[in-house]
Amino acid sequence: MYPRAFHYHRASSLNEAATMLSQLGDEAKLLAGGQSLIPLMKLRFANPRHLVDLNFVLGTSYIKEEGGVLQFGALTRHSEIENSSLSARLPILHDCAAGIADVQIRNRGTIGGSLAEADPSGDWAAVLLTQKTEVRCLSPRGERTVPLKDFITDAYTTVLEHDELVREIIVKVPEKGSGGAYLAFKRSAPVYPTASAAVQLTMAGDICKDAAIVLGCIGLVPVKAIAAEDALRGHKIDDKAVASAMEAVRVAGDPQSDMRGSAEYKRTLAAALVKRAIEVALRRARGERVEVTHIYA
Amino acid sequence: MLETFDKVAIRLKVNGKPYSVSVEPRMLLVELLREELNLTGTHVGCDTTYCGACTVLINGATVKSCTMFAVQADGAEILTVEGLEKDGKLHPIQKAFGDSYGLQCGYCTPGLMLSTFQLVTKNHAPSEMEIRKAIAGNTCRCTGYQNIFKAIRLAGQNMKGA
Repeated sequence: MYPRAFHYHRASSLNEAATMLSQLGDEAKLLAGGQSLIPLMKLRFANPRHLVDLNFVLGTSYIKEEGGVLQFGALTRHSEIENSSLSARLPILHDCAAGIADVQIRNRGTIGGSLAEADPSGDWAAVLLTQKTEVRCLSPRGERTVPLKDFITDAYTTVLEHDELVREIIVKVPEKGSGGAYLAFKRSAPVYPTASAAVQLTMAGDICKDAAIVLGCIGLVPVKAIAAEDALRGHKIDDKAVASAMEAVRVAGDPQSDMRGSAEYKRTLAAALVKRAIEVALRRARGERVEVTHIYA
Repeated sequence: MLETFDKVAIRLKVNGKPYSVSVEPRMLLVELLREELNLTGTHVGCDTTYCGACTVLINGATVKSCTMFAVQADGAEILTVEGLEKDGKLHPIQKAFGDSYGLQCGYCTPGLMLSTFQLVTKNHAPSEMEIRKAIAGNTCRCTGYQNIFKAIRLAGQNMKGA
């Protein structure tokens, strides 16, 4: 299948890419990993007249740690994060990176592309919203840093202007005694999840000092399950607290019935994923090494 | 007036052989390989980034060549199934798929062998779970997975000796 014809522009720097977007107007789109955009173009759901290719810009793919924060270049591939020892410092990132789609797609797809695409079923946004995450953006007018919670405004919609791009993603490494986990259920490897749950728990002994719970695929944007967080924060995490958190997850968000399952099924699934993610997050908060990733049949 | 879209000149190496070609930006890598370079061992299955029949290695990493534009392969080194055989001798991975009956209709086989290549060049004795993860992006519609697993294990052993 061929997409509609387009003009190809190869950027040699991010600044040049932003200038190109500015000059070409809103019929131009950025090409990062292309694992969402190219299928959309082949199906002619997206028909950009100009593509600005970022893949030849040097120095856009990196993972660095500095002063307690991890920095990810926008074009860092999922597989680089999966195989990086740095992401092992934050196992929830590894859970996500190692489970997205399949090997081939992880070799191409990028963390910056995933956030900028803002697909309601995307993995990274849900995971990174449980962390202190900021997005560094670049346009011909300069740079700005946007907290991730303000970055995605609707399905497939972000605060990015038409000539603005993601330069870097900054994630604060949580304090000691904090543990997180991300679990997503999908019907087979290459597809988007049916539901997903990201949990980060900061413990002081038996008591949960802080909790962040974000659900994917059950709303137009990732859903912060505030009532579920409240059910855990300040409490001992026992069966009763977990049951209340699950009940809160069941009524959070607004899942749509579709070919992946009914709304009711997704609610039940999200609650079960949160339960499992809480168990893993607790064990990790205690310093245990636990490996989890996306679950599929 | 009909809008014209300039072709782009690219250079790439496929199976060690250099090529210089001029491509329409919208040409997919798999079409370049099959239609322009006549390397029809790379298959088009679903054409929707699912099945992995079009898997090739680019600079050592597997990709679905139906989900990358040919212009993006400028300067790249590509390995397709045709590049596995050397001097008329089957590659240890090809031999393993043959010896283990790791194929039925054979349509998915080129892609599966290249996913196997990425796995077993680093890991000669992959576990069941590692094999599952490694070929999760390759669909065999004959569902011949039992023998494919055997073939991948044997490929690892063959590669150790190679």
